[in-house]
Amino acid sequence: MNIHTSRRNFLKGTGALFIAIPFNGPSFAQGAAAKTVDAAQVDAYLALHADGTATIYSGKVDLGTGLRAAFPQIAAEELGLPIERIKLIEGDTALTPDQGPTSGSNGIPKGGMQLRQAAATARQALIKLGAEKLGRPASELDAIDGEVRPKAGGAGVSFASLIGDKGFELKLDAKAPVRDPKTYRYVGKHVPRPDVPAKVTGQYEFMHNVEVPGMLHGRVVRPAKINASLVSVDESSVASIPGVQVVRIKNFLGVVAPDEWDAVRASRMLKATWSGGGLPVDDKGLADYVRASKQVGDEMLDERGDFNTAYAAAPKKLTAEFYWPAQSHASMGASCAIADVKDGAATIWCSSQGTHRYAKHFADMLGIPSSKTRVHYVDGAGCYGMNGHEDAAADAAFLSRAVGKPVRVQWMREDEHGLDPKGPPQVITQEAAMSEDGKILAWRTQMWCPKPTEKLPTIPLLSPAETESKQVPGIATGSLSSGGKPPYDIPNLQVQVHWLESTPLRPSHLRAPGKIGNCLAVETLMDEMALMAGKDPVAFRLDYLPDPRGREAVERVAKLFNWDTRVQPRRDGKGRGIGFTQYKGDETYVAIAMEVEVDARGRIRVTRVAATHDCGQVISPDGVRSQVEGCILQTIGRTLYEEVKFDRDHVTSRDWSTYPILTFTDLPEMKIELIDRPDQPPRGAGEAATAPVAAALANAVFDATGVRLRRVPFTAPRVKAAMAETVTKNG
Amino acid sequence: MPAITVTVNGSARTLDIRDPEKPLLYALRNDLGLKGAKYGCGLGQCGACTVLVDGEPVRSCVTPAASMAGRKITTIEGLGTVEKPHKVQAAFIAEQAAQCGYCTNGMVMTSAALLERNAKPSVAQVKDALAQNLCRCGTHDRIVSAVVRASGGSRG
Repeated sequence: MNIHTSRRNFLKGTGALFIAIPFNGPSFAQGAAAKTVDAAQVDAYLALHADGTATIYSGKVDLGTGLRAAFPQIAAEELGLPIERIKLIEGDTALTPDQGPTSGSNGIPKGGMQLRQAAATARQALIKLGAEKLGRPASELDAIDGEVRPKAGGAGVSFASLIGDKGFELKLDAKAPVRDPKTYRYVGKHVPRPDVPAKVTGQYEFMHNVEVPGMLHGRVVRPAKINASLVSVDESSVASIPGVQVVRIKNFLGVVAPDEWDAVRASRMLKATWSGGGLPVDDKGLADYVRASKQVGDEMLDERGDFNTAYAAAPKKLTAEFYWPAQSHASMGASCAIADVKDGAATIWCSSQGTHRYAKHFADMLGIPSSKTRVHYVDGAGCYGMNGHEDAAADAAFLSRAVGKPVRVQWMREDEHGLDPKGPPQVITQEAAMSEDGKILAWRTQMWCPKPTEKLPTIPLLSPAETESKQVPGIATGSLSSGGKPPYDIPNLQVQVHWLESTPLRPSHLRAPGKIGNCLAVETLMDEMALMAGKDPVAFRLDYLPDPRGREAVERVAKLFNWDTRVQPRRDGKGRGIGFTQYKGDETYVAIAMEVEVDARGRIRVTRVAATHDCGQVISPDGVRSQVEGCILQTIGRTLYEEVKFDRDHVTSRDWSTYPILTFTDLPEMKIELIDRPDQPPRGAGEAATAPVAAALANAVFDATGVRLRRVPFTAPRVKAAMAETVTKNG
Repeated sequence: MPAITVTVNGSARTLDIRDPEKPLLYALRNDLGLKGAKYGCGLGQCGACTVLVDGEPVRSCVTPAASMAGRKITTIEGLGTVEKPHKVQAAFIAEQAAQCGYCTNGMVMTSAALLERNAKPSVAQVKDALAQNLCRCGTHDRIVSAVVRASGGSRG
């Protein structure tokens, strides 16, 4: 097992490979190439070239997450090709296999493993060809440095001379043997991300920088009340700006101009009259609204023993209710896309995490065949789920079709914060019962969350609705009910979800959907029971945690953090807490210990964080570490500050002052330990470490103050009020 | 066309100021093709659009281009290149201090300005200097390490 306790020490060690992966940036070619994109075919994933280089194709895209280093690492390893000879093309629907959207932290576990199997299949084929050419049995040969050569040494024959530019024309062989981790040259080593140098010198080709010939700039004008109908437009209100065209399609209203600033000005000056629209509730009433809103069924996700009988008979009980608010993806950049729609065909450049599935969505809404729609992925600002990228692309497509030219749409900040689909609110309740001698007897988790529409191909977008164009209606949220099941041995257990028909603000998946709130509920309850049992929170968890990898994560985080073993809370303004998860129940293990300080005004400062992270085999250690850091910091911000504010008309938190996120002054000291298990399948690292953050934070606040926080965000006024209430209650 | 002359990355350039409210950001990106500075909020809140004006970090999204006559503007393109990076850029690369990279322009420019006025900032001074620059991916820790590295220091 490899342990990377310090990134700096690790980089100093033997593992760092300071080599450059070629980086060509996004593909802009508009001509369709004759290349298979069938995900069952080896040629969909990789092509070897006569010049000794290779191209790999991925339907999964790098969102700033490091896949751009990890995929070449995997392919170089399996093929036996120097990594600097590998080029990567991502998310181009004409060139890359449809591997599903880049979501759910499945870039490596799914996309990377398909690539590994494709490369392993290719290696088998190359060795077979090499065996014929060299006149030696395949069992004596291996693929090394771009050649098939005898394992024992001696002259080899290059991949280029064996296959040249020809494809393999082979199906992915699930049984093709993969390399023994003990022989790895690239996997598990540090390979610098190829996009970083261009990103820090301003040369990186972001979506926002792309220009296509003849392109115009568009902006969409949306009503002050969500879903309002357009009554009339006064085009003369923008007549003073040169070259502006107003586009109206039913309730969709936009402006297009040759100059971007002119388009912005026109969108602000355009006078229009709207009617109707609005929301059924405001943010203050949202928690109650969630509990009271229409249900469309209950589902028992897990049941063990007999909860009701055990609970009724038990001597000691605990109940609690938790609320996680609606949150925004709050991307740093406003969503941007370019569309060129003409002659019954569409080419779209956007930052969608699911270019393949949205190609069909765009084709349907435009009434053109999918085969005539090509979507290119180009990096946008990080979106952590689904922000406005696809909406901006649809906006650009309708404007382009109307004006007959390529149109670039960049949302404004108020669009991004106001209109991005939101992480939906959740309510979770917990009931638990204990014996007199401190044993857990019964546990019930109940969750209230919107029910995702079955078989919904894509999340509905704004402009197809406004233009009354074709799209499949429904809602999607990611798996909100995952993580409500405790990872502990509980004799009498019920985990139940109450499915709601809808949620007031259009939802989508937001990093670790549901799981941060669910883990907060589960891990707060564990802490409360530990106190009731008279046990230290870490020791109490270990009493009930059967999984050896989970136990190791918890034990090691306690050591890494220098955990202060105690039963009673300190209540002196400083405290420590722990949270643990096995992500989605069967994936990555994460344990987080956190130290906080809480002042008299209720302000929480996280001072120290320690995390252990076991995602099985680590492909890119620094990539994983970077994701874990990002998960922790982003989620501290989500827990302390973030809540979408809205009135009965629209979202009112439409900038960074009304929707604050974590800043540099909140930055705690962090220690992260990656537990690498090269012999285990790799699991995701993009989200798992978010899940225990709110739990560890809330448990630390309890230690510091004796106050249980169950309603997110933990804003200073809320914390102060809770502290005052606790003082009153305790006399 | 009403226009002004400014110095951008050492060269004299002409900016169209037909609309007196047009922000410098739009002039740099669309008229001069310098796309390193990014539109983040248009409100001066996030810092993604930061450029240096006479050496001071300025939010180009809320700075009218018309106010720049005779000023010396440095954008991230003028700071360094992939081949010859500025010490702050080299440190960001060494620390791999970017995820999506959208905020990176503002982080690099604000940090470069900090090191000009304070060659050896403490960690607290680095955090303070970057307090008004937002990052959503959570690369803050690496950015602090990068700035300390660029100053020749160590976080210990």
